[in-house]
Amino acid sequence: MLARDYINVLYIDLEKQDYRYEQRKDLVKYLGGTGLAAKLLDENIKPELDPLDPAQPMIYAIGPLSFVMPVCTKTVATFYSPHTKEYGESHAGGRFAMAMRFAGIDAIVVTGKSAHPQYLLIDDGVQFRDARAMWGLSVEETGKILRQTTHGSGVRSSIRIGRSGENLVTYAGVNVDTYRHFGRLGLGAVMGSKNLKAIVVIGNNTVDIPQELKVKYRKVYDKIYDRVLNTDLMKKYHELGTPVNVIPLNEMHSLPSFNLQKNKIDFAEDVSGEKFAEDNLVRKVACAGCPIGCIHIGQVRREFDAGYEYETINVSYDHELIFALGTFLGIKSTDEILELIDVVESEGLDAISTGVVLGWATEAYKRGYVSLEETLVPFEFGIVQNYIAAVKYISTRKNKFYEDLGKGVVHASKVYGGSDFACHLGGNEMAGYHTGYGNVVGFAVGSRHSHLDNGGYSIDQSKPKEEDIVKKVYDEELERNILTSLVICLFARKVYTRDIVLEALEAVGINMTNEELTQFAKDIQKLKYQIKAKLGYSLDSIKIPERFFQTKTLNGVLSSEKAHEMVKEYKKMIEDLMNE
Amino acid sequence: MAKVLKVADRRRCIGCLSCRQACARLRGEYSIANSAIEVKTSGGYTGEFVINICRGCEEPACMEACKFGALTKRTGGGVVFHKDKCTKCGACGVACAVNAIRFDEEGYPIICTHCGYCTKYCPHRCITTKEVL
Repeated sequence: MLARDYINVLYIDLEKQDYRYEQRKDLVKYLGGTGLAAKLLDENIKPELDPLDPAQPMIYAIGPLSFVMPVCTKTVATFYSPHTKEYGESHAGGRFAMAMRFAGIDAIVVTGKSAHPQYLLIDDGVQFRDARAMWGLSVEETGKILRQTTHGSGVRSSIRIGRSGENLVTYAGVNVDTYRHFGRLGLGAVMGSKNLKAIVVIGNNTVDIPQELKVKYRKVYDKIYDRVLNTDLMKKYHELGTPVNVIPLNEMHSLPSFNLQKNKIDFAEDVSGEKFAEDNLVRKVACAGCPIGCIHIGQVRREFDAGYEYETINVSYDHELIFALGTFLGIKSTDEILELIDVVESEGLDAISTGVVLGWATEAYKRGYVSLEETLVPFEFGIVQNYIAAVKYISTRKNKFYEDLGKGVVHASKVYGGSDFACHLGGNEMAGYHTGYGNVVGFAVGSRHSHLDNGGYSIDQSKPKEEDIVKKVYDEELERNILTSLVICLFARKVYTRDIVLEALEAVGINMTNEELTQFAKDIQKLKYQIKAKLGYSLDSIKIPERFFQTKTLNGVLSSEKAHEMVKEYKKMIEDLMNE
Repeated sequence: MAKVLKVADRRRCIGCLSCRQACARLRGEYSIANSAIEVKTSGGYTGEFVINICRGCEEPACMEACKFGALTKRTGGGVVFHKDKCTKCGACGVACAVNAIRFDEEGYPIICTHCGYCTKYCPHRCITTKEVL
């Protein structure tokens, strides 16, 4: 919708091997990102069919500010989650938003299933290309091949799945341009279910800035660029990056470790952001359109044969990965964490869910819920080789046990027992914080069951009054609906205050009032809950596992009763919203 | 004192494309397709970035290749583009040894003016302008 009065939707039907563009003026009010993708999901989802049925849609959307304002770098995907069996929404950075923007597409809706593995090349139109020879290849190798077989270097983006997506692991992710991901809720399985290995988008169209906006646009761009680079608002992201959190969270007794049996570890310094920076950090890279460069690349050199034969692993790391594939599994060195990240990346799994699943599997094994015959490796916290093997077993569905693990901790603990220590909230594996009610309740009720829905972990750290927590969680999610519809990276949330958002919109020719934005946030929240209702979801289904109440948080030991009361309180607020 | 654009330290590039966006804004475009500066990966994100810019030659091969007088010598290095004389033959792009000349949708070469606007947006000072006699 940038510089035009409609949303351009690209509909791709894999079954008919056909595509069409629709210029939809009626969608302009959904702006983009979360709003637009939720609306298109609502229009196309088939609630009566399985989440992995070929008829289900897979949607990608950008927003009016994408790439044209600093740090508006993300793309939002919506789908019927095969993991939680309800509303699926996942976000990724990289270059995909830029490529979509200049391929002239605001949203992509993919339905159907290819007769055999394919990848899509989207330029001025869509090419359906054979990917049979790519099926079974790693994410990295697929990326390297696509770079050879497609044009558009510099304005191109490729998203692809690994073996886990092909094999329908319900928490398989989609890799974007090697270092970013649509990680959560199983978009990779949705792609795999469509026999779609990858999508490459080339963004080489010219889009003129309307004459009347030229001066204004440059002025506002400069103002925001200055706030991004020359203030402290985003400082933490480009210095140590998100791993700066490891030591403070540990000090706060809020770092989930050893399958959340512990909230503090004695080796935090060895896996801290500082340690990674000193020993492994070799470079930082950025998403297209963001001068911060928060993508921290860690390197580890590995001797694969005697005689000084070395290979080098380069992977991106973040707090969530250090938690999930590090502290949660008791892995005590940066090198080992990077090695584990590497295999998770190759297989195309969601790092958070994989780590939490393996944490559960370790405890289940140690406590005798599952045997070596099932696990094939003797799980032991801190022993990385077992986990490296297990990741491949999950991705290839090695046996019945790994097939079950490939459906997440809710499913696995239903089959084998141990649901009290299966660390999920609302059906999705937990993220790297155990700070208090804000985190536990916020994550559980969040519309995509992500720590980023409402930042409950951050609310907890401000030590709020207990009775204010639910309202804060609720308000924050509404506010984030605006950011994620535009689609501003949430790392820039302090840069993009309401005033700045309104100014940025005006600078690209969209005039909205503050009140209209507030109403928009509510409308999008309603829309998400309408979809959830269609899929049979109710907040009543939330049952928070006991482990969250056994291990102390920054705000003390939590009460299960209290937490579930808060969920009810939140449900009431949503009901009031729906009746507004 | 004339200035020319220089790559000061390619290895520090993070691939944010802020420089390409800056050039596009000056041209009146949101899109980076027609930016005079090109930044792209070599071998994907795991590889390093390459920065293709006009190197401000004192003896510009592109100018020598142009048989229509559309490119003339710029004080300090590089060339000045005269659109009215351009026949869109593409010879300048072929002649450029460092791959710095690309073409817009109409077929005109995109020629860097060495204004230095892009350098203001590089977060790591990878590109800079150098004063020359």
